[in-house]
Amino acid sequence: MARHIELDRRSFLKGVAVGGGLLVGLHLGLPTRAEGVAGTVVEPQSPFAPNAWIRIEPSGGIAFIVARSEMGQGVMTALPMLIAEELGVGLDQITVRFASAAPAYFNNLVGQQLTGGSTSVRDAWTKLREAGALARWLLVQVAAERWGVAADGCRVERGVVIHPDGGERFRFGQLATAAAAVPMPPGVFLKEPDEWTLIGTPAPRLDTPDKINGRARYGIDMRLTDMVVGSIERCPVFGGALKGFDAEGAKALPGVIAVLPVSAGVAVVAKGAYAALAGRKALRIEWDLGPNASLSSAELRRRFEQQFGQPGVSVRREGDPDAAWSRAARTLEAVYEVPFQAHACMEPMNCTADVRADGCDIYVPTQAQTRTQRMGMDITGLGEEQVRVHTTFLGGGFGRRGEVDFVRDAVELSKALRRPVQVVWTREDDIRHDFYRPAGLNRLRGGLDVDGLPILWKHHIVCPSIMSRVRPEAVVDGVDHTSVEGAANLPYAIPNIGVDYSLVDTPVPVGFWRAVGSSQNAWITECFLDELAAAGAQDPLALRRRLLAEQPRHLGVLEFAAAQAGWDTPCAAGRFRGIAVAESFGSFVAQVAEVSVTEGQVRVHRVTCAIDCGLVVNPDTVRAQMESCIVYGLTATLKGAITLAQGRVEQGNFHDFPLLRMSEMPDISVHIVPSAESPGGVGEPGLPPIAPAVCNAVFAATGEPVRSLPIRL
Amino acid sequence: MILLTINNERREVDVPDDTPLLWVLRDHLGLTGTKFGCGIGSCGSCVVHLDGAAVNACITPVSAAVDKAVATIEGLNNDIARALRQAWIGVQVPQCGYCQSGQIMAAAALLVQHPQPTDEQITAAMDRVLCRCGTYNRVRRAIHRAARPTLEAT
Ligand code: FES
Ligand code: FES
Repeated sequence: MARHIELDRRSFLKGVAVGGGLLVGLHLGLPTRAEGVAGTVVEPQSPFAPNAWIRIEPSGGIAFIVARSEMGQGVMTALPMLIAEELGVGLDQITVRFASAAPAYFNNLVGQQLTGGSTSVRDAWTKLREAGALARWLLVQVAAERWGVAADGCRVERGVVIHPDGGERFRFGQLATAAAAVPMPPGVFLKEPDEWTLIGTPAPRLDTPDKINGRARYGIDMRLTDMVVGSIERCPVFGGALKGFDAEGAKALPGVIAVLPVSAGVAVVAKGAYAALAGRKALRIEWDLGPNASLSSAELRRRFEQQFGQPGVSVRREGDPDAAWSRAARTLEAVYEVPFQAHACMEPMNCTADVRADGCDIYVPTQAQTRTQRMGMDITGLGEEQVRVHTTFLGGGFGRRGEVDFVRDAVELSKALRRPVQVVWTREDDIRHDFYRPAGLNRLRGGLDVDGLPILWKHHIVCPSIMSRVRPEAVVDGVDHTSVEGAANLPYAIPNIGVDYSLVDTPVPVGFWRAVGSSQNAWITECFLDELAAAGAQDPLALRRRLLAEQPRHLGVLEFAAAQAGWDTPCAAGRFRGIAVAESFGSFVAQVAEVSVTEGQVRVHRVTCAIDCGLVVNPDTVRAQMESCIVYGLTATLKGAITLAQGRVEQGNFHDFPLLRMSEMPDISVHIVPSAESPGGVGEPGLPPIAPAVCNAVFAATGEPVRSLPIRL
Repeated sequence: MILLTINNERREVDVPDDTPLLWVLRDHLGLTGTKFGCGIGSCGSCVVHLDGAAVNACITPVSAAVDKAVATIEGLNNDIARALRQAWIGVQVPQCGYCQSGQIMAAAALLVQHPQPTDEQITAAMDRVLCRCGTYNRVRRAIHRAARPTLEAT
């Protein structure tokens, strides 16, 4: 039976929508991944700041209006599914619209708007179902009153309220405006999981048709009247500055309209992108390269390495690791190295701005509407109501589109030229001026007892901090938790554990990259665990089983993946398996990779993935996200890295920063472990286990642990 | 003036001969379905058909399209395209969707050449199109489904 839930009145607002009909507004707890502490939720600044709305129009149209970004994670389908389930309508009856940063449905409503940290479905889970149930309750009250019957007896089906005797009907649209006047109930009934008809059933994504006929509008596809296109030449060395430039050559080219200095460098603005790019090539610029003109990857490694000579900040300590080190029957030491990684979203960075004396419109594929709006306000001096952010489709985000550097480019240019300007980055701009996944060096020390079981785990992490740029106050006592997540929370029952961290910032800008700290820390910890297993002559799965006895969800996915992959049966000749498990963003994922190694070339043939992400809203989205994470992670495991020479990024495009292609794809099978826990993330947790699963398989194949990425044998 | 035939329509553009077809489509003709991903012919986001053959529009000078039939994602409406789109929806291929114009255009050219492609033929034709969201296995499945709609269903 349905369960009665008390409503937190501060979470909902209802009223008559502009133009009639019912409007239910709610505040979804929003993640702070790019602006705050991972996994926590920002309290709205005002007591109530709705950022999502259900709107039932007199015409019968039902809209879900959301201040969220869509970047491929299926939010456009998953969130309306939650509403539809409780509202009593089909998924096909709801249309989804993105709200700008400050939509005009209410006026007191600007909270933080940000997508990241895989929390889209997690935080929306309860609230959206409650909102759907609330709207339905209000509508049914009106129908029941008109008929003079008890509301309990009325049924709802596909947006129609049906009289208890099955005859008369009201469409939602006929009830909507009156429903806005019904007083708020103290609570609503939510369906029990076995009553769901939509949640947990694969649903086709609503945005698919437009993405395969060329109609979906990404940021780069914005076209405004009088719009011109800008492209910016940036200093190749991090921390350099503009000294001077000669614009004559560029200005002489057909189509070039203006050449001007901006914060990021020198902009060429032209009638179209190609003319702007040609203009850039004709620029003669003198840079002051600054203090980093000789910086190299080797030099950064030396800086990291020096930290091993001194103690880091302790982020976890259990037992007495130092005593255990001298007591262990066998000890092991290893240094693991991760390179910088670029996001390389398929759609290069871009933004379109239209700055006028009385307003500013920003059309942008962004994961950070509020920061975008603030950037617009800072540059133009306009107020909150005057700067409107329009979120377009995003051609990938992965954390890169939580930054607003490209917003600054466009707003500065539009302000200077007093016309709409689209700024388009080239792929080279994108690869060379990213906010990279931090590079780092890790020293691991392990100790085994006489039975070959681990009694000691020491991990010294040395890497730059993302938070020290994004939100310095989140670096507490020298610890950026995003640097240590996935390492400090090592799940294994080892009696002596010491995890230390040394924050070393470098001139290379770092940022949130898919799965953030766990993306590299799971690789390091899961690979070193296999080193310990090998040193103690233990089967990697058997050892994990033993050390995870108290961690049912880790164990659950591990067993599931192992069974599906046939861990206990021998591989085909020349094939080897590796296994890894990781928790991140509230979900648990284990993967088994099957590889072969031929003449130094690693080929991944098969990946078996098991995920426990709690209750599943749309299983097909979960599967798609696991596939996506695995491919993204395989690229970082097998393909490229960002390296530095003379203060510059050495890579520039897909020929030297290659991505995995179809010919390199493994078979992937994804298994969703049934779970009644509240929903975890799915956009990122599939990534951390893939690198260690593959590297552990390579270790099994070659007998040599893989201690730096990408794999180079 | 350069005279082009795009999606069966005659279009005129006033651009230098060496302007890549990609920018002519996107900036001069408003056909933004063809995407920019790398500009060096290595990602396939910009695949269009020139007389039925898949080419990367970013490295094809507009002069090379004169006297040829250019087809873009917006104009792709034959039986193969319908079968592909249906399969794409059935398999739920796209994630962010940015690469998908290129995927469909490359797949459509493949199916003309090989109506019942093998896995190897699919790989050979599709390896040119990158997808950062990792939809490759679904692309492969959808192509098989479009090629053998009845077989796949059983
Ligand atoms: S944009 Fe043409 S191949 Fe990448
Ligand atoms: S679907 Fe996003 S790049 Fe392919």
